[in-house]
Amino acid sequence: MSWSVETLARARSLADRYPQKRSAIMPLLYMAMREDGYVTEDGMRVVAELTGLTPVQVESVASFYGMFKLIPQGEYLVSVCTSIACMLNGADDVMSSAEEQAGVPAGETAADGVVTVEHVECIGACGGAPAVQVNYELVEGVTSEAVAAMIRWLRENRPETITAAELQERFGGARSFDPAISEPQGAIGPFPAFDPYRTAGGAS
Amino acid sequence: MIEHPSDSHTLETYEATGGYAGARKAMDMTRDELVELVKSSGLIGRGGAGFSAGLKWSFLAPARPAYLIVNGDESEPGTFKDRQLLERDPHQMIEGIVITAVANEVHEAFIYIRGEYPLPARRVQRALAEAYAKGYLGKGIFGTDYELEVTVHLGGGAYICGEETALINSLEGRRGEPRIKPPYFPAAKGLYMMPTIVNNVETVSNLPYILEHGADAYRALGHDVDTGTFLFSVSGHVNRPGNYELPHGITWRDLIFDVAGGIRAGNELKTWIPGGASAPWFVPSQHLDDEITKDACGKAGSMLGSGAVIVMDDTTCVVRAAERVVRFFAHESCGQCTPCREGTTWEEMILRRIEEGAGREVDTDLLLDVADNISPGLLWPPKMTTICPLGPSSVSPITSITRYFKDEVMAHIHGGGCPFD
Ligand SMILES: Cc1cc2nc3c(=O)[nH]c(=O)nc-3n(C[C@H](O)[C@H](O)[C@H](O)COP(=O)(O)O)c2cc1C
Ligand code: SF4
Ligand code: FES
Repeated sequence: MSWSVETLARARSLADRYPQKRSAIMPLLYMAMREDGYVTEDGMRVVAELTGLTPVQVESVASFYGMFKLIPQGEYLVSVCTSIACMLNGADDVMSSAEEQAGVPAGETAADGVVTVEHVECIGACGGAPAVQVNYELVEGVTSEAVAAMIRWLRENRPETITAAELQERFGGARSFDPAISEPQGAIGPFPAFDPYRTAGGAS
Repeated sequence: MIEHPSDSHTLETYEATGGYAGARKAMDMTRDELVELVKSSGLIGRGGAGFSAGLKWSFLAPARPAYLIVNGDESEPGTFKDRQLLERDPHQMIEGIVITAVANEVHEAFIYIRGEYPLPARRVQRALAEAYAKGYLGKGIFGTDYELEVTVHLGGGAYICGEETALINSLEGRRGEPRIKPPYFPAAKGLYMMPTIVNNVETVSNLPYILEHGADAYRALGHDVDTGTFLFSVSGHVNRPGNYELPHGITWRDLIFDVAGGIRAGNELKTWIPGGASAPWFVPSQHLDDEITKDACGKAGSMLGSGAVIVMDDTTCVVRAAERVVRFFAHESCGQCTPCREGTTWEEMILRRIEEGAGREVDTDLLLDVADNISPGLLWPPKMTTICPLGPSSVSPITSITRYFKDEVMAHIHGGGCPFD
């Protein structure tokens, strides 16, 4: 196994939280992405060992869910919603602008490896349409110009952490609802910034 | 629901405004008393299926352990209410979890939050940690000997996991494929084949109010049989999109023109989806002055569903709009049932070629024929020949545009393209 002793210990305590270890596949796949940047063969083998399944069983689960990426991603995954509410508010133009600025069609990673663009279905921000996520951090009220500026900014600054609050302030517009306070924590890498193994009451 | 100040994602504020009083009350009540109370409140599930919460609880099979899953998968286009509840008022949901758990003798609960909601998940996680630290969760809650553990589980970006049996499969570490009902009714054979309550985030968030103020007060907030308040997520071409907590019984005109500020840029209202992407559409000439009730929407051949109202003005091409809704279902089909897997893809392709100017004279009949194969008779609610309602839901935009906007569809076909381009 390529995971550190410490990471493995966290993974085991995570699997122990569930009545059946198999239930930990999804959080463990997120851990695997955190280790390698995407879900690798090696990562799936580790998850299989931790849950008592075969690597093929793990792969059949991983391949069902769009957020488990089985190929390498850019540092920043730019997901543009083009579902109905966003489409009604100009999301198709936002999508074209993102593709043009990134220099690749949706679903691909730019040659510099910095930016991946994808189109996604509704991300629960329809009141602030069109909506975009960068590494799953949300920005609402985005225009074609703003998404292009955002991709340029990502390339020029290569921020280590992406926060919804900063994206919104720099590139966003109207929102679905008032966020009340801004959230300091953010994402590092193309997967959701959420540490499942810190579940309250369980392992630290 | 109870109104809380803007920073009530913290326990301090939540408690300062009366939070957790309902959970404390519930600790002294029996299962029967709690089920009766929630039944008599008339609380209806807010996840879209519209089933009585109290009745669902009463069906829970006696085997134990039983589990509670709070459904925070919210992925139907137009719906963004649970995100606000998770981000802004997580303690209200957690208090609702305590009440539901006690009422159903559950000691282990899961909150399934869609993977694209990391910020709401972090807020919930922090709120859980606060509740654990205070002794409101964990071993011996509220000074009793009751144990309740709660785990946040992140989804992986699949709408179908909002369907309760697909969600259960997902939480068991499997592909998110719906199970066949019967026999897999969650209340009988749910998570790990044990009795399981699945309730929506908004549903459980209503419980603290009911405990604190009683069933009568809750009924009084609502309108007739639609008790309590309801969260409408309004999006599309309105001046003030957003989530609005309102009683039923107002009209669509009130909601669209008064509450949501009317149509943008002085345009005209063309059509709207009354209850999420699955719902058949409404048009102003027939439905604008209808009261918004579960019953009235049903009688008019649609549904209130999860409360997502998507408004379209007269600059909207309905073929493109329908294509976008159908594309969603084609994209999210889990692939188990042939009519859904194949049919939704065909529907999407035919709509796209009409939009792009390559439509043929027979295409409207063909569309309806494909739709009829997925949802025989094209009724709403659908006659079910698939494992879950996702397939039949894809038919709603098609029956809507062929019923109300046939001329516009034909104009695409005869004119060799979209008249709005
Ligand atoms: C395709 C499909 C998707 C669904 N998505 C959701 C969802 O995202 N959230 C939700 O609460 N219920 C969803 N439901 C309804 C659930 O199956 C279930 O009825 C609900 O969670 C029960 O909670 P309630 O009784 O409190 O409404 C969906 C149903 C179907 C058929
Ligand atoms: S109707 Fe579609 S989504 Fe539902 S179980 Fe069948 S194939 Fe899967
Ligand atoms: S339609 Fe784009 S966020 Fe809902």
